[in-house]
Amino acid sequence: MSRDAGHFNLTARVLHWLMAAMILTMLFVGVSMVASLHWRPVLINLHRPLGIAILLLVLVRLYNRLRHRPPPLPADLPAWQAAAAHASHWLLYGLMLAMPLIGWSMLSAGGYPVVMWSGLNLPPIAPHDPALYAALRNAHSLLAYVLFATVLGHLSAALFHLWVRRDGVFQAMARGKPH
Amino acid sequence: MSLFGNTRAARSPLPWIALIALIVGLLALAFAWLAGWIGRDRATAQAFTDSIEATGPAHPGFRRAHAKGMCVQGTFQGTPEGAALSSARVFAQPQVPVLGRLSIGGGDPHGADANARVRSMALQLISDDGQEWRTAMNSFPFFAVPTPEAFLEQTRAGIPDPATGKPDPAKMAAVQAKYPSARAFGQWARTAPWSNSWANTDYNGVNSFRFIAADGSEHFVRWSMRPQAPFVEMTPEQRAQAGLDYLADEFQQRLAQGPVRWDMWVTLAEAGDPVDDPSQVWPGQRRQVKVGTLSLTSMQAQADGACRDVNYDPLILPRGIKGSNDPILAARSAVYSQSFNRREREIASGKAADATGKEGAR
Repeated sequence: MSRDAGHFNLTARVLHWLMAAMILTMLFVGVSMVASLHWRPVLINLHRPLGIAILLLVLVRLYNRLRHRPPPLPADLPAWQAAAAHASHWLLYGLMLAMPLIGWSMLSAGGYPVVMWSGLNLPPIAPHDPALYAALRNAHSLLAYVLFATVLGHLSAALFHLWVRRDGVFQAMARGKPH
Repeated sequence: MSLFGNTRAARSPLPWIALIALIVGLLALAFAWLAGWIGRDRATAQAFTDSIEATGPAHPGFRRAHAKGMCVQGTFQGTPEGAALSSARVFAQPQVPVLGRLSIGGGDPHGADANARVRSMALQLISDDGQEWRTAMNSFPFFAVPTPEAFLEQTRAGIPDPATGKPDPAKMAAVQAKYPSARAFGQWARTAPWSNSWANTDYNGVNSFRFIAADGSEHFVRWSMRPQAPFVEMTPEQRAQAGLDYLADEFQQRLAQGPVRWDMWVTLAEAGDPVDDPSQVWPGQRRQVKVGTLSLTSMQAQADGACRDVNYDPLILPRGIKGSNDPILAARSAVYSQSFNRREREIASGKAADATGKEGAR
């Protein structure tokens, strides 16, 4: 296991910022497309392939995370904040992995084709069943709200490290080792 | 003071904390607005479905519109002319299996078949390349209103007044006054002859789509199912005497004699035709092409039929067919999805014994 003292490796940083943009987009696209009378077709055509892209990227990210230990948190960080950091990071990983899989199985259980783009469908991964569909559809919304709340908490903490604590935690993800 | 400085701030952290709260608060507000949780007077899919539900008593587990219907099965056989216009496999493959639904307009799953002015046909075609086409067509020749907002106004005009228990005629008159197409629709509803069967009724896709050929060329089209069974008019007296499930009973008798068929025709738009407005009929001399024949061979009650848990979203399209910017098409897709979610939740939670037969949940 390699250690890059003080900074996340380049793979981790690129994946973090790319996926941050993708996940925020997904959350806003998701709530918009179920409410909008006008934009659903455009938004849902973006939502499905973007979700599968996130699923593939989070697998790469988890592999990288397990191979490369992240820089340690500052020693003077209160224990509860360190615990919250660890818990929220694993919650984020879990939701990044779960949301696309729930979305895919939810469409399968609803009897919908899982369209990536015109001409390419993914196979169903769950049986067509109303009870299963209802449960997965509810879970997809509920966990999206949990994910959004966690992302906001993560963003608040990151900016707190950047502007209030000024302890280098934000910079560990923002840039590489200074030369 | 630096946004990305690494030195500890000597001054109060409060302005920074306020800035963080502002950023996070704005994100949360934007999310809530897009979700329709705030600014609830906007026309959302949820508000639209609520308005449809308000037009009559609740019928858990049933479709919110066109609630009464039957599942049907059969095949679709495309034509070479259809295959030349669209690369969709359904036009080239022999005998594509079809799961459909014949229904009547309105939200009452126990309404009298013969009193329903609007009849409809929904189809799901899955070709052997795994591509899927769903369509939901109606017996009216054009849509009553041009936009989702007008559609919502029209739906809300149909909500019963609590004082009288009936829709306020003044509200419907206001919608008719505002939209010429709503008046034309009223004219159609009053004057078009009624056929005496689902089998000899025309069903029109009404919305515009694009057919994309193998060479990439595109045509805006509207499609219609034209019955092979000859038109026979049903008089008001016959309608008054007909049984509650007249259309289903009559169709069952026809199926006992053999398959019931429709030819599918597409009308090709020319430059300047209103492809984004389903309330406008295209000029009569447009080129029409027969793209296939539908043969229905069996029928099942929807309570335990395979069509019950299918959302006939008109924007589920195979390669070779694409949607248009017709705003009613987008709105139908959005509202059908809401309706589907609500009824599937009711079925899942065991609140829909009527919609699912006598077994309770599922």
